[in-house]
Amino acid sequence: MKKLINDPADVVSEALRGIALAHPDLRVDHENKVIYRGDAPVRGKVGLISGGGSGHEPLHGGFVGMGMLDAACAGEVFTSPVPDQMAAATKAVDGGAGVLHIVKNYTGDVMNFEMAAELAEAETGVQVTSVVTNDDVAVQDSLYTAGRRGVGVTVLLEKIAGAAAEEGRSLADVAAVARKVNDNGRSMGMALTSGTVPANGKPTFDLGDDEMEIGVGIHGEPGRRRVPLATARQIAAMLVEPILSDLDFTGGDGVIAFVNGLGGTPLLELYVMYAEVATILEKSGIGVARTLVGPYITSLDMAGCSVTLLKVDDETLRLWDAPVRTPALRWGV
Amino acid sequence: MTTTVDGGAATAWISEFARLVAENKDLLTHLDAAIGDADHGTNMDRGMTAVTAALAENAPASPAEVLKLTGMRLVSTVGGASGPLYGTAFLRMATAAGPGPSLDPGEFAKALRAGLDGIVARGRAEAGDKTMFDALSPAADALDAAVASGASLRDALAQALRAAEAGRDSTIPMLARKGRASYLGERSVGHQDPGATSVTMLVAAAAATLGG
Repeated sequence: MKKLINDPADVVSEALRGIALAHPDLRVDHENKVIYRGDAPVRGKVGLISGGGSGHEPLHGGFVGMGMLDAACAGEVFTSPVPDQMAAATKAVDGGAGVLHIVKNYTGDVMNFEMAAELAEAETGVQVTSVVTNDDVAVQDSLYTAGRRGVGVTVLLEKIAGAAAEEGRSLADVAAVARKVNDNGRSMGMALTSGTVPANGKPTFDLGDDEMEIGVGIHGEPGRRRVPLATARQIAAMLVEPILSDLDFTGGDGVIAFVNGLGGTPLLELYVMYAEVATILEKSGIGVARTLVGPYITSLDMAGCSVTLLKVDDETLRLWDAPVRTPALRWGV
Repeated sequence: MTTTVDGGAATAWISEFARLVAENKDLLTHLDAAIGDADHGTNMDRGMTAVTAALAENAPASPAEVLKLTGMRLVSTVGGASGPLYGTAFLRMATAAGPGPSLDPGEFAKALRAGLDGIVARGRAEAGDKTMFDALSPAADALDAAVASGASLRDALAQALRAAEAGRDSTIPMLARKGRASYLGERSVGHQDPGATSVTMLVAAAAATLGG
């Protein structure tokens, strides 16, 4: 394992120290491992918190700030934070209008956030609503599985719901905006190599030099199938086609097309992928309203990418375009 | 010979569970590596080590206080899905145990049943999903039946342990329908569930320490 670390056990706490020093407009609670926007709680605004295992940076801590999250809770690498952390964050960001929990659909995350909501509500009476993201079409959604995983849509949802909260809308309204984003977004990812969890010291899974995993999860969960390495053009088709066959993206005001890097893939390759994705969308009669290309929800040093498409309307686009000031997304300010 | 469970007995039970988890940490992680994310042993051992330290520091007097402290420490330290599941189970057991200084066999069985109900409420698991439910549910049924037929706590727990072990083993051919293992579909078949394995240790710890 070659990594820029001191001790595998200290990776999360030392990264939080770096975030606090690099972004003085944020406030970091090192004991609870929570990143806050500097002016939280914002009076009268719905508070947005998210969190999850570390290793997906910039998600979620890089999205804390004006127009997006009020707090992000960092768990150990690929391990959900514990309820104490989310309960502390919930109480700290409550500006009197309630708090929205944005939770990616993983069993541990869902249960820990659920307990945190119960704890915070019992202690201070703060009103909490949860929205669970589950956009990964690689996983069969049925009553007999844990359901689809929350992946790329989470980034878009945090931006769009964050803008709605910034406008002073109610908790019910912000939650409805968030659910609409989740309902209209779909994602699919692929890996060229496995990531390496610092505490484990070796790759989570083995992939041959001439193989790739289609439908991989952001923790290295197995995908739909393992296939021979292909060109960017072929890979784009393998990712976009399952998305398009899951939801009708034609008509309306087009899509936000998001090509995401999983941590170990250079931006040069992500733009090669974006060009292929754009070609498929054009051939399919799907208009691209906005784009996002870059590593925004990663899996440590995994090489690979994911594609997320979000069907948008005027309101969603207006909220997407609204000003945002966070370490990882920043425009209009 | 004691036939009731007081604070000291409850502490002995939890301490024995911690010892079994520590002793089998690698086994639990190994089982989890096959169908999950290879951290069940590490996470449970971290949690139970914290619980043991908290019990030593606070020396709670009643069974309910022991169970509550156990649940709270697990929720704060384990993370993943096991933290909320075990944490909720112990907190519900504490509530069901009530404030009294000791539990008779019927009260102990009722508390264990409440813990099982907590796991169901939190995890929404059903029989056959390949989870800790598949070991703990038959154990609670066996405990209830034995206590109702007038068996001593010691004998009732021995029967509960046999039921838990059979339930644990029954998870091997099951197809996982909950948690990360469910992503594997058919590939989860043939592996023993790590949660069913650790919860069987909880029953084994009870059989080894309670009922005289």
